[in-house]
Amino acid sequence: MRDSLSMPLVQVEDLKMHFPIYTGVFRRHTGDVKAVDGVSFTIQAGETLGLVGESGCGKSTVGRAILRLYEPTAGRVVIGGDDIATLDAETLRKKRPAMQMVFQDPQASLNPRMTLSAIISEPMVEHTVMTAEERQARVFELMDAVGLNHRFANRYPHEFSGGQRQRIGIARALALNPKFIVCDEPIAALDVSIQAQVVNLLEDLQDKFGLTYLFISHDLSMVRHIADRVAVMYLGRIAELSPRDALYDRPLHPYAEALLSAVNEPDPNRARRERIILKGDVPSPANPPKGCAFCTRCPKVMEICRVTRPELAEVQPGRFVACHLYTSAAGSTGATEVPEHYQQGETT
Amino acid sequence: MPDGAAPVLEVRGLKTVFRTRGGEIHAVNSVSFHLNRGEVLGVVGESGSGKSVTMMSLIGLLPSPPAEIRDGAVLLGERDLLKIPPDELRHVRGAKVGFVFQDPMTSLNPVFTVGMQIMEPLREHMGMTKAQAEARAVELLELVGIPDARSRLKSYPHQFSGGMRQRVMIAIALACDPDVLIADEPTTALDVTIQAQILELVKELRQKLGMAIIWITHDLGVIAAVADRVMVMYGGQVVEHGPVKEIFANPRHPYTRALLKTIPSIAGAREARLQVIEGQPPILSAAPTACPFRARCAHAMAVCEAVNPARRAFDGAPLGQGHDVACHWTPPASEGAGHA
Repeated sequence: MRDSLSMPLVQVEDLKMHFPIYTGVFRRHTGDVKAVDGVSFTIQAGETLGLVGESGCGKSTVGRAILRLYEPTAGRVVIGGDDIATLDAETLRKKRPAMQMVFQDPQASLNPRMTLSAIISEPMVEHTVMTAEERQARVFELMDAVGLNHRFANRYPHEFSGGQRQRIGIARALALNPKFIVCDEPIAALDVSIQAQVVNLLEDLQDKFGLTYLFISHDLSMVRHIADRVAVMYLGRIAELSPRDALYDRPLHPYAEALLSAVNEPDPNRARRERIILKGDVPSPANPPKGCAFCTRCPKVMEICRVTRPELAEVQPGRFVACHLYTSAAGSTGATEVPEHYQQGETT
Repeated sequence: MPDGAAPVLEVRGLKTVFRTRGGEIHAVNSVSFHLNRGEVLGVVGESGSGKSVTMMSLIGLLPSPPAEIRDGAVLLGERDLLKIPPDELRHVRGAKVGFVFQDPMTSLNPVFTVGMQIMEPLREHMGMTKAQAEARAVELLELVGIPDARSRLKSYPHQFSGGMRQRVMIAIALACDPDVLIADEPTTALDVTIQAQILELVKELRQKLGMAIIWITHDLGVIAAVADRVMVMYGGQVVEHGPVKEIFANPRHPYTRALLKTIPSIAGAREARLQVIEGQPPILSAAPTACPFRARCAHAMAVCEAVNPARRAFDGAPLGQGHDVACHWTPPASEGAGHA
């Protein structure tokens, strides 16, 4: 990686992940849940890309499909020069150490019958030729790195708290010196006071080992803290992909705007401001609306939105938006001047 | 009471203990608070802080054994809910106190239609006929913003989305016009945009119906948006209590101060590194003799180990009316929410 700084470490192009629906006695293939429907982004080495969205928008599926925990339906996923989506089983296995995952539920992702030491050393047993002593030494090294006391090495997952379990999951992900880690809601199951501990740990490890993260979360304020760039997903597609500060200062896509407006801030003055309240629910990904996926709830919906699906396009340097407000007649910059009060129509 | 009105609900010195094979767990220790008509009391705390157990103790929802309410009084009007027979308590639960739980999927019965579940308390507690109950059910569903209410009565819970199910739960809780609504993490399982819808709905209902609400959550952002007063719980005790603006602008307890700092903000300056509260919440295996937060506290002193601090008011108002805190430490006078 060192010699190719300009080349992104992770390149995802038009990734699609459709889950077939079978119905009837003959289990006929009658449709697809389009969990991910044409997602493209890149992640530079050492960067953190935040991936946010509500449940069912496909953000976790993206994370799993790019590590090929699912077989993607279509698209390319290039990590460190190899197209993960088409590698054969043996080459993929050799590639696995470079890309790892930290899961949401530290309770469910650790085997309750294995000791901490066995859990952390399992990837080494599988992928390296290290001796038992070498592995043990490495386990202690990793436990130091994530802040677990050596005394805990022979304990079982149930003896740990949620935050400690998440540290075990992180140590396991680090065992093979990966370059790229997908963090799938790593703090969602933790208490507020513990969340900050885990996020700080992830940041320290990134500095120390030069890691690249895809940080999947629904917590917009935490993503603002950790990510360099942020992709907002809605119903299987990216609505907006922007540098962090630009997005939080002035979201361009109406969905990103509504999402940010819905966040409750721990400040009674700001939390009671006028908000954009979206009507209704997210449509089913098995039967997405024609045109723009967001057209059923969008406060700025236009005629064209119900007909043509907007493509993700760069509307300002580094900012990608899939919305007709920015790409249709008005040109690439003119439409950004939508008056602020225009979206307040739905508040009560 | 500030304006002379009696509170709807008053809790005094509540103590709840769980008896387990591994010994006793002192989940709630001498919790006292009151709730005025038409106000929203926010209760914040982490898992295990005793916030849910407190509220479930109030209305006898905890299975006994293992739970045992050791001490205290829960006054709803003139009656002490801890002393009335189970039959009467059951009536109080349906008619006087409504409860909304965190997970709208598991708290609705999947084999009955939504209509039957809304009509059940109406027929049971209000003695309505089927036709009356049905009319009221339609009214309730409209009140909580479910379109096409009459035909949705015949739907089953799985035919609703998460946000809609939570609206149904609220409709059931409101069915008999309760004086008090206890909402236990009602928006935690919901997405932010749906959460915003439910928060708006509750604010609107409160204005329309004027009931008192206890809102339990771990999310300080939600508290900031809905509460009038806030009670911060830690280790089974109330550690700080006061008007919402006071708590957020001038937190006094080291735990509240630290908690407010661990949350990154969505606007303003971005912090380079998050503040953390080191360590883990306490295990409440014995009646507390020391401050439960001392092991994680930045300002712990010798006295914190020896004496569990009692709540003390410091703004002149009687205890429980203004801002009070259970802590031996006093923040430097000149400084606001400066450092923790």
